[in-house]
Amino acid sequence: MSRTVTLTVDGHEVALPEGSTLLEAARAVGVEVPTLCYLETLTPVNVCRICVVEVEGSRTLVPACSRVAEPGMVVRTGSARVRRARRMVLELLGSAVHLDLAPEVASWMEEYGAEPGRWGTPPAPEPRVDNDLYVRDYGRCILCYKCVEACGVDAQWTFAIAVAGRGDEAHISTEYDVDLPESACVFCGNCIAVCPTGALMAKSEWDLRQAGRWTPETQHTTTTVCSYCGVGCNLELWVQDGRVVKVTSPLDHDVTRGNLCIKGRFGYTYLHDLPEGYLTPIDHLLSRF
Amino acid sequence: MDIRFMEVKATEAERAALDPVVEAPSTSPRLVVGGRTARSRRHLLLPALWALQTGVGWVSRGGLDEICRRLEIPPAEAYAVASFYDLISLEERPERTVRICDDVVCRMAGAEDRLADLAARLGPEGEAWERSSCLGRCDRRSAAFVQEVGSAGRSVAPFDPAWLDRPPEPTPVVAAGPLTERIGHADPTDLDAYRAAGGYRALRAAVAMGPDAVIREVKDSGLVGRGGAAFPTGVKWEAVAGSPRRPHYLICNADESEPGTFKDRVLIEGDPYALVEAMTIAGYATGCERGYVYVRGEYPEALAALGHAVDTCRRRGLLGDDVMGAGFAFDIEIRRGAGAYICGEETALIASIEGHRGEPRAKPPFPTTHGLFGKPTVVNNVETLMNVLRIVDEGGLSYAEHGEGRSRGTKLFAVSGAVAEPGVVEVPFGATIGDVISAAGGPSEPLAAVLVGGAAGSFVGPDDLDVPLTFEGMASVGGALGSGAVVAVGRSSDVEDLVRRIARFFREESCGQCVPCREGTRRQEEALAAGRFDLLDDLAAVMGDASICGLGQTASSAVRSGIALGLLGGES
Amino acid sequence: MFGAGGGTSSYREIEETDLIVLWGSNARAAHPIFFHHLLQGVRNGARLYVVDPRRSESARFADLWLGLDVGTDIALANAVGREIIAAGLENREFIRRATTGFEAYAESVQPWTLDRAEEVTGVPAAAIRDLAHAYATADRAQLCWTLGITEHHNATDNVLALIDLALLCGHVGRYGSGLVPIRGQNNVQGGGDMGALPNKLPGFQDVEDPDVRARFERMWGRPIPPRAGRHLTLMFEGMEEGVVRAVYAIGENPATSEADAGRATRLLSGLDLLVVQDLFLTETARLAHVVFPAAADWAESEGTVTSSERRVQRVRKALDPPGQAREDRWILSELARRLGVDWGQPTAEEVWDELRALSPIHAGMSYRRLDAHGGLQWPCRSEDDPGELFLHSRLWKDPIEGPPAPFMAVDHDPPVDRLTEEYPIRLTTGRHLDSYNTGVQSGRYRSPRRVGGTLDLDPFDAASLGVRDGDRVRVVSRRGAIEAPVRVSDGLRPGLAFMAFHYPEETDVNRLTIEAWDPKSGTAEFKATAVRVEKL
Ligand SMILES: Cc1cc2nc3c(=O)[nH]c(=O)nc-3n(C[C@H](O)[C@H](O)[C@H](O)COP(=O)(O)O)c2cc1C
Ligand code: SF4
Ligand code: SF4
Ligand code: FES
Repeated sequence: MSRTVTLTVDGHEVALPEGSTLLEAARAVGVEVPTLCYLETLTPVNVCRICVVEVEGSRTLVPACSRVAEPGMVVRTGSARVRRARRMVLELLGSAVHLDLAPEVASWMEEYGAEPGRWGTPPAPEPRVDNDLYVRDYGRCILCYKCVEACGVDAQWTFAIAVAGRGDEAHISTEYDVDLPESACVFCGNCIAVCPTGALMAKSEWDLRQAGRWTPETQHTTTTVCSYCGVGCNLELWVQDGRVVKVTSPLDHDVTRGNLCIKGRFGYTYLHDLPEGYLTPIDHLLSRF
Repeated sequence: MDIRFMEVKATEAERAALDPVVEAPSTSPRLVVGGRTARSRRHLLLPALWALQTGVGWVSRGGLDEICRRLEIPPAEAYAVASFYDLISLEERPERTVRICDDVVCRMAGAEDRLADLAARLGPEGEAWERSSCLGRCDRRSAAFVQEVGSAGRSVAPFDPAWLDRPPEPTPVVAAGPLTERIGHADPTDLDAYRAAGGYRALRAAVAMGPDAVIREVKDSGLVGRGGAAFPTGVKWEAVAGSPRRPHYLICNADESEPGTFKDRVLIEGDPYALVEAMTIAGYATGCERGYVYVRGEYPEALAALGHAVDTCRRRGLLGDDVMGAGFAFDIEIRRGAGAYICGEETALIASIEGHRGEPRAKPPFPTTHGLFGKPTVVNNVETLMNVLRIVDEGGLSYAEHGEGRSRGTKLFAVSGAVAEPGVVEVPFGATIGDVISAAGGPSEPLAAVLVGGAAGSFVGPDDLDVPLTFEGMASVGGALGSGAVVAVGRSSDVEDLVRRIARFFREESCGQCVPCREGTRRQEEALAAGRFDLLDDLAAVMGDASICGLGQTASSAVRSGIALGLLGGES
Repeated sequence: MFGAGGGTSSYREIEETDLIVLWGSNARAAHPIFFHHLLQGVRNGARLYVVDPRRSESARFADLWLGLDVGTDIALANAVGREIIAAGLENREFIRRATTGFEAYAESVQPWTLDRAEEVTGVPAAAIRDLAHAYATADRAQLCWTLGITEHHNATDNVLALIDLALLCGHVGRYGSGLVPIRGQNNVQGGGDMGALPNKLPGFQDVEDPDVRARFERMWGRPIPPRAGRHLTLMFEGMEEGVVRAVYAIGENPATSEADAGRATRLLSGLDLLVVQDLFLTETARLAHVVFPAAADWAESEGTVTSSERRVQRVRKALDPPGQAREDRWILSELARRLGVDWGQPTAEEVWDELRALSPIHAGMSYRRLDAHGGLQWPCRSEDDPGELFLHSRLWKDPIEGPPAPFMAVDHDPPVDRLTEEYPIRLTTGRHLDSYNTGVQSGRYRSPRRVGGTLDLDPFDAASLGVRDGDRVRVVSRRGAIEAPVRVSDGLRPGLAFMAFHYPEETDVNRLTIEAWDPKSGTAEFKATAVRVEKL
């Protein structure tokens, strides 16, 4: 049996296993705390600071995503201080980069009354297309470190990308910023899977978006198992107009935890790219027998 | 790691530069020892980058690739680390570059005007010379740091383009005390002189009383950290000493980069054996067999002095497997910072030693439980450690008699700016701002304000000169003692210009990790430039409340105090 | 393994073990997501030893890589075994209670001193000793392998030699300790589960066991031949002898994937009837009399597959098959109907439920439960059985349940294709990360990492041939010759060359490989070919 800690979140007392975070505590009492750089499958880096909450007795606000709950803590998730910090994080990010593809950000902007416009507008995106599988647009990058972690010790251990530079010059980069095909990248696309802002995107999706033909309302997803090696990775096939347009993997499945290899994520195109001689009518063939 | 090396190969010179630091790995076509053995050498990354920087003047692709091969580090990671530091150049540069201070104190003394004619004499900015934040030679009112192929570099102070080969003038101790009494009187290279002046008496006393008693004395003394956070040193030591997880590490934080601060440099340059002895006592008390000193990269003279002291002590049996024949092991490794203020923050410093980017991490957990290489670690400032000699010598209780509250013993201040005799002042706690300024010869012109604690500190108005320079006293005026920098600002200075320089300092020195600080420092600088003081409050709130570390948390304090004192124009 | 046709452990265990030995497996490239689990183990503190002739992508993560000569695995394993015994590190208690045949085994490994093993394998004695001590003293250890062990003429012996090591140290049947053959194809394990083995009925039930047959016969209403059938290699022998005259190949491309592909093509062409059911018009399909275009089972059809950790998972239909392609189930039922037996058109779930009724280890895996749990691991005998994380815990019961596990003494037998002055270079084969099998599926997406069919040479060999990256060479074996561009690689050593087998159209490496095969498992010696390389 693991020990539990009891604390108070927004007036609700909650008991959780030792080692739980304040985010888990908040979720346990049904309080939503926004997060950007946090993901269940990655080591928390607590850099975006949108999840900050107030802990009684603490000089500064603390990041809910990584702060471990201590007995007797009194936590407030919606105080004016907290709301102001979140609003400012949203404004600072929203004025620096394009967040229109980050799923929940627009609603948070509204909820916290953020007005990024008063700080200026972000520079135009500059998508970098250096390979056929995925596109990087750092005009959307909030430097959440998720891709770095997925490429590194939290999943892939390839270390093809890292945060280079310092301060406001910090950016995601390969060595000397070489193109991905010249880097160590193995095109697993595990970075795409964790990117919260659409800065990293499968080329298949990017192409459709460019053409104005990306229509989420017409898509459905089916969970199945990869057809390549025998590890048994679960795939989510995103289908639009009878074609697979993207492949992901469920975060909550123990085999993959959302990760795939290049074959699983990108090797599906043979379903559509049919070789010659494929569509021979079956009855004709059967009749030969 | 799917390491993919680059195509470019290292030159002979690059290989030769690396050889003393990291030998080429022995690979056999049958057997390779890698994995954890390779990963355990990651901490050699920064020394290896330095080896190239000093050996060939920059880190080329081929050179970086060679480091990556020898240490089995993915090139993207090594690049990420190299690009973090100002003193590591990823582009080819002239054999000699001069980094010239244009920070607060030198600025008050006309740095901008000097830089303007420099362009004419040294060539264009960005090639032969660059601007630098404070170089810790504020007492001379102008300073430069010369980086040159084949040498560790040298300081020039005061700075004049014609004096690039002149050794810097020493910083005077204008008011001496127990920590500073030897400085300028005993030869800092001479171990015998140090011993003759009472050196190593404290270590003997420590060994005689045993580790627990040393910690008790330190606790009784009421000594708190001099690096800024004022945490009780004895409590820190006790936590590490009592941890069953081994090994324990000691780190001496000598990264002193806070603008206006130079007291740690003066201590190391002037009394290096005292630091070695103090660290030895700390290591003995807390069960560390290895201590690291992380010396600011722009302090080559301090590096040399300390290096000499460590070598001598090792030769003379005062460091090593059996220190002084007393039956315990302790040794010191010196690590050189590479131009990043943030590496003074203890968790960033630890990351930097480990060969990672100097990015602070959230605390808790604290270094006392999760420090260097994940092990229990004591991190202490130079001045903090030096106090231990006296505490062990005199007894903690007698030390605690000076001062009150959390402010016990003596305190070093680096006093500069509009004073007659800039230098280091050591006074018992309790002295006021005015006292300290008087000790430095008094104001050289009527004061507009005093900046206490450096860029991360705050401006205090001329009416508050009677505020005691104690932790409590500074808190009472909404400031902090910080690093011990006391910068007197005369009425002839353009305070708004200084504040803008401070804002730029934070933008440039932010590690860039967390949003409030990375984006906030940028917006703060912009808002100041645009005179939009109305925007500063929101920025101060998010930076102060939501940043990961002290850098972001204090990035607005000088700015705000300046506005509060009405020192800035703008449409507030 | 001793009775169960699957890996003993779960991926999760490799994350929590203390020592991982990857033997003849380049999982980094071939099983990338398994390797993720392995790396989490390393991150959690496990040590990693990699035994592989090449310093492969996987070997680059190793704490210690042991680069043995191709085909000397048994020599190395026996020396490890001998050293463990000599150092008194064997688990005597486990051996006594749960195994048989230890004495004979101990005697058989006696000649394999470290020095002799160094001579035969090329691996320094100290490293062999290190591996032996690490494996024996680890509290928990996972021993994993793939084709580097099984694609040899003595594949079964290779596997047995590894199993012996696990028995010696009690590294099987406990959480975190196990034997893990990682499956190269998404449903090899499932094929075995379903009885697609010559001697097994579904659920690994012996076809020669009359009781087993009786149960199946009752359900199916048909007699079942009481003898084991032919595995693939024997089928080709049968074709050669003229006794096998008709072949129905479902999702298999032997015309390119067989060792000595020239011979395979010749034999397939000579059949009276060749029916191929496949997604593609493969090389084999081109030879067929009848081709049934099939749906992609994982995206255009319903069913289950079984992974390397014995996890049965659902595959689901996301798309309609293109053109006139049909689901395998439809084709088979329709074929049956036209042959005069009407099965109707059973759903995938109905077929599965029939299997569950016949295979006790799958009995508890209803579709509902498979959906709810994200798959279940066999054995799962009833609907309240959570499935088995690891196998053979029975060996740790006191007294043990079921029969003890036998040690099987095996001896080193070098590769059949000997190195001579005429054929001085050892060519071994393997996988590239972005490609798969003969490339029919993986060849169609635009991988920036595609290397293609190169001959990988050690820099020294390349220099002595006077060739550089991209130069074309002729690779000649005793059976055939192909041309390929050279890629100079630092993972090899002089005398060791490498080719991937994904690119039969450009460089059909199986024109070179030898048909020598393991009589027990039917796998061929893809891993060890003697070649010479000629500059063009
Ligand atoms: C941005 C930043 C920079 C710092 N720089 C230094 C420094 O240069 N030297 C130092 O001793 N402490 C510095 N500190 C404080 C250290 O984090 C740490 O508190 C100190 O080294 C602990 O030693 P002490 O307890 O002896 O003061 C800095 C902190 C921050 C947030
Ligand atoms: S690219 Fe995406 S995942 Fe990577 S740091 Fe930027 S926002 Fe985060
Ligand atoms: S506050 Fe600034 S320096 Fe500190 S972690 Fe955040 S970005 Fe880095
Ligand atoms: S989600 Fe907690 S800091 Fe980003």
